[in-house]
Amino acid sequence: MQFKLVQTLSVAAVVAAAFSSPTAFAADKIVKIDGSSTVYPVTEAVAEEFQKATKTKVTVGISGTGGGFKKFCRGETDISGASRPILQKELDDCKANGIQFIELPVAFDALTVVINPKNDFAKKMTVAELKKMWEPAAQGKVKTWKQVNPAWPDRPLKLFGAGADSGTFDYFTEAIVGKSKSSRGDFTASEDDNVLVRGVAGDTDALGFFGYAYYEENKNSLNAVAIIEKEGKPAVLPSKQSIEDGSYQPLARPIFIYVNATSGAFKPHVKAFVDFYLKESRPLIEEVKYVPLPAKDQAAVVAHWKALKPGTGFGGHAEVGVKIEDLLSRIK
Amino acid sequence: MNTEASTLKDLDAVRSMIKRHKLNDYLFGAVGLSFIILILLTLLVLFIDLIMDGYPKLMSWDFFSSFPSRRAANAGLLSALVGSALVMIITFVSAVPMGVAAAIYLEEYAKKNWLSEVIEVNVTNLAAVPSIIYGLLALGLFVYILDFGTSILTAGLTLGLLILPVVIVATREAIRGIPVAIREAAYAVGATKWQVVSQHVVRYATGGILTGVIIGMARAIGETAPVITIGALTFIAFLPPSPVTTSAPFLNFDWLWSGFTVLPIQMFSWLSRPGADFHVNAAAAGAVIIVVTLLMNGIAIKMRYNIRKKIKWQ
Repeated sequence: MQFKLVQTLSVAAVVAAAFSSPTAFAADKIVKIDGSSTVYPVTEAVAEEFQKATKTKVTVGISGTGGGFKKFCRGETDISGASRPILQKELDDCKANGIQFIELPVAFDALTVVINPKNDFAKKMTVAELKKMWEPAAQGKVKTWKQVNPAWPDRPLKLFGAGADSGTFDYFTEAIVGKSKSSRGDFTASEDDNVLVRGVAGDTDALGFFGYAYYEENKNSLNAVAIIEKEGKPAVLPSKQSIEDGSYQPLARPIFIYVNATSGAFKPHVKAFVDFYLKESRPLIEEVKYVPLPAKDQAAVVAHWKALKPGTGFGGHAEVGVKIEDLLSRIK
Repeated sequence: MNTEASTLKDLDAVRSMIKRHKLNDYLFGAVGLSFIILILLTLLVLFIDLIMDGYPKLMSWDFFSSFPSRRAANAGLLSALVGSALVMIITFVSAVPMGVAAAIYLEEYAKKNWLSEVIEVNVTNLAAVPSIIYGLLALGLFVYILDFGTSILTAGLTLGLLILPVVIVATREAIRGIPVAIREAAYAVGATKWQVVSQHVVRYATGGILTGVIIGMARAIGETAPVITIGALTFIAFLPPSPVTTSAPFLNFDWLWSGFTVLPIQMFSWLSRPGADFHVNAAAAGAVIIVVTLLMNGIAIKMRYNIRKKIKWQ
């Protein structure tokens, strides 16, 4: 009540006389989207086409996966992009505010491990070797390539990676070290992937990781490392093919959109946008250098959307290498 | 003979001293000048680099009249330009009257005691607080408590808060620069305090106040951190409702509640793209921001010049 009064008074103070109500704009049909910068290129492309096709207004912001969920669970946005599944704390927030959502995997991104083109000895790596480089115990100890693999030369090892606030960092550590956010701290970290690209491109002894799109755009100055999931398995390079057939493991990650489907707040134009997203996004996803879901998974996602089943398939914690079908069938 | 020789000797000593001091003068001037040249050259090189990188975009009208797009070739600055302009209007309206009034009060009316000392120190300190702090304050106050949402109004008020100390400090400096004789002359012919302040002090200080205002506005237009904190959008392919309408009452304030993006955010978002072609857009946006800032400063200098010319006593 007191807040209401403060609010009214200050509105009156700020702009004195002629003033229409703040709800006038909100009543306008706008699809409000926020969230991960990883999902942003896909969502932006869909938003652009949807707005052209239907004249419905769409806005997209970049607050990061976590920042996006904060707004989403307060009911401020209609859709939130996420490069990792929703976590328990965020689930609690949504629940406290009575927000129900539908979790939709929309595409794949391949976290790509890259080296300098002049590096000719480390063209493939096992997950165990990557773990040796990145685990917290390596801090201050593992300083040369030789320490990771005796077959490699005795040269300094220089690491570049995503900053600790990003979903990319969370996923990489989960997949490689085995525990989310668990990593050595003595590497060059940046939220701006272009900084990492320049770092690895300019240093023969460097190794880094980031989303596939950044590798694809900088193929001339970087080499991707083929990843061996376990001893005995083949070395696999990230590509559309290897992501679709599931052989690029464990660094292929699904990216998601979460749609606010709270009854009463579920607006028709938001529904139309998601319909459009699922139907028209395939060529757009390829255009922005991500990998569309395999046809079978795509059909499962569409069916899941049509059934409007709320909830998450992850149970509030990150998980690596879940099949889309399994994921959707977990949501009852 | 003797005295004459010693006088000549003294004269020589004085001459050599003058010579030495002139050399010192000259040396200091040269050092100062070379620093200025260094600073200007750095700025110039950066500016030219941006213009060269962004040249293809800067030369096309489409860049200024298109909305953001996933394709670098189609992506334009329109929503960012309009967003920046509208946000600046709110910033101006909220910060300038309040800042000038506060400065006049502190300078002319407030009693000089420990409280005004504390306020003075705090205002000066506020001018040096990192801008992201203002963003966090605004997120709590404007977005959550007052429920203004992530709107143009919120952004304008946030940047208004940010430049308020700058405006206050600059206005106080300008007011202090007015000679006491002017006030005394006005009081002598029977003017009241308000008449002295409004018709003399503030009028003569306008040039300095304007400089402070424009410096503040130029800072605000380049700010990214606080605007990101309150949740500015990155993709917005429509303009806010027009402030002017064709039917009565001809003014429309819906735009205050609209989502928005601003120039530095658009530049930032293009810069973090994987594709090199987006970096051209980013460079062009950077050049536009610099040109807008220079224009604002140029207007300030011109206005200050015109105002000073009108003042008789100077």
